[in-house]
Amino acid sequence: MRKSTVFVLVTAANAILLSIFLLHGKYDRGEAAAARSASAEIVRKLRLTDLCLFTEARYTRHPSMTDFQSPFQDHPLALEHFPSGALVTPPGFRREGP
Amino acid sequence: MIELLRVTKSFHPGKSNQFTALQDVSLTVEPARVTALKGPSGSGKTTLLTLIGCMARPTSGRILLRGAGIRGIPAGAGNGEVEITGLPERFLTGIRRETFGFIFQHFNLVKGITVLENVMLPAYPTGERCGAVSQRAMELLALFNVARHAASRVDRLSGGEAQRVAIARSLINRPSIIVADEPTAHLDTRLSREFMQIVRSLKAEGKTILVASHDPIVYDSPFVDSVVEMRDGRILGGGATP
Amino acid sequence: MNRTVERHRNILDFALSSLLRRKGKNLSLWVVYTIVVFLIAAIVFYTHALKREAALVLQGAPDMVVQKMVAGRQDLVPVAYAGKIAALRGVSSVRPRCWGYYFDPISGANYTLVASESPSPAPGAVDIGSGVARVLRVGRGDLLPIRSSSGAPMLLTVRKVLPCVSELVAADLIVMSEGDLRDLFRIPRDLATDLAVTVANSDELATLAVKISQRFPDSRPILKSEILRTYDSIFDWRGGMMVVVLAVAVLSFVIFAWDKATGLSAEERKEIGILKSVGWETGDVLLLKFWEGAVISLSAFLCGVVLAYFQVFFLSASLFEPALKGWAVLYPRFRLVPEVDPYQLVVLFFLTVVPYTIATIVPSWRAATVDPDAAMRS
Repeated sequence: MRKSTVFVLVTAANAILLSIFLLHGKYDRGEAAAARSASAEIVRKLRLTDLCLFTEARYTRHPSMTDFQSPFQDHPLALEHFPSGALVTPPGFRREGP
Repeated sequence: MIELLRVTKSFHPGKSNQFTALQDVSLTVEPARVTALKGPSGSGKTTLLTLIGCMARPTSGRILLRGAGIRGIPAGAGNGEVEITGLPERFLTGIRRETFGFIFQHFNLVKGITVLENVMLPAYPTGERCGAVSQRAMELLALFNVARHAASRVDRLSGGEAQRVAIARSLINRPSIIVADEPTAHLDTRLSREFMQIVRSLKAEGKTILVASHDPIVYDSPFVDSVVEMRDGRILGGGATP
Repeated sequence: MNRTVERHRNILDFALSSLLRRKGKNLSLWVVYTIVVFLIAAIVFYTHALKREAALVLQGAPDMVVQKMVAGRQDLVPVAYAGKIAALRGVSSVRPRCWGYYFDPISGANYTLVASESPSPAPGAVDIGSGVARVLRVGRGDLLPIRSSSGAPMLLTVRKVLPCVSELVAADLIVMSEGDLRDLFRIPRDLATDLAVTVANSDELATLAVKISQRFPDSRPILKSEILRTYDSIFDWRGGMMVVVLAVAVLSFVIFAWDKATGLSAEERKEIGILKSVGWETGDVLLLKFWEGAVISLSAFLCGVVLAYFQVFFLSASLFEPALKGWAVLYPRFRLVPEVDPYQLVVLFFLTVVPYTIATIVPSWRAATVDPDAAMRS
């Protein structure tokens, strides 16, 4: 087989695989929707405000609810110990206040 | 037939390092004949070949291609006679690709790829079907007795084999004119004579052959129909027949 | 038409042979290229899907949460505020929330303790998130010891484990009755952690927030839109530490690829001369270089994106989970719902494939315009 044929076939296979993935993401939602509505139900009942993504410190579990100073409670310039502390900066809107 | 009328080629015209490689050359190359250009290095042989082979344009003068077998130009434009000096670049490339086959002093094979691919190289941009080209290439390789090397890389070939592959490559687009520049410069006597045998068989097929060489094996060969002697960018004697 | 396709295929053939000549070099370039695309694509997929999930799941969160501040720190809010806020025009309900964090000294994990009103677990009983159940190895009917603020252990019975499909919101939850929570943390009856406010018309939220902070200067209202925006900015892919770390890798790859693509060796220059002399046009040479660049960058892009999709949505981003989520004792386990923004894919394509291909073509440009007779004169 010609090299160009091999390349075109491999590329086409890759592209098709990618489109299948994207379509799968678009249409295979039944299970996900059920999980999502179960989560939404818990959020509604318990009046939760945040996702449970980081649990290593109290201010990372509820980034929107923690007080402005808590990530810097040791010292305002203290380097963050937890990696998610680098992701979760105090949200910008806190600076002006509501 | 190729006809050159008062052709002059200067490099760097109008500058201090201006150099005139060809001076007022007029020449007629007969079809289906072997013409040898003879002369020392720097006499303008290679420049003349590049002008005839549509690789460069003359500074002044006209070059005409006449007769059947001129391909690579749009239909209708080339019936009988073409003046290549006036053609735009695109058509020039077309003529060079379809009408001329080139054999270079250093063979100019592309290293690292196979012999077969090297032979097919000039046919790639023509858009001809790959199957047809590779079949023709295999036939040519078989003709020159190097078919067994088709799948090996060109770096592994001996000098004589590389020469034969280069000849096969020059024939892949079925040209009517073969242009060879110092083809025997890197070959020993036996291989040089072998090359002249190949030239003879090509002539027998009706190809026009133009060889530039200062090797007596070439220009004293009985298969050469006319010898053109050159010196300092001029033709001496003018197309004498031995 | 057929001839054009055939010409492309022929030149592609030669481009592939040409690339295969430097197999080791080109293959390692391709591998690095694929890894870079894979990492960037994986981060883009992950953060986009997570942002969307947060927006959808948190739709039902309270419209506004009112906290009380004392000396710049959050403090317990008097339950009496609830009645006064409820009296404001436009407020449909105000519910005091009791919740807090609990650090478990045995497992070393942080849990979130929440009091539930409806349906409230009976005193002495709790519902736990599946993450808690996993870390503590407890199940339904088991006893859960919690050290109260007086130091005395409190034994609670697990009534049920919350479904693991909702781990994204509930992994670290311990849901108990309000009485138990107040006993545990010694919160007086007239105080609550904060107030959850629902409004009739969400357009009035901002006005209400201003009104509340004027009426109660020691309070701090937090709007739902701010919460959702926080999630957007948390996982904004520019903000991620991964991207910062990656930036160095990407940059060094760019330099490497640039060097590789632009550095035209004498060998390559000579080859272009040969091609010109056997009848290739400048356009043919550039087409060859285009294919050489496109073969590497296109296949690396496709492979990288496919691998990233697989890794994020089928393997739940297990490769860089620790970096994205931190090093906690309790990791929530969740499978992201596939969600790809086509715009981001297109941007990624134009940031990877196009520059590389152009970087391959441009340096050949000058070499490709040499006169065809150059090869003859060398």
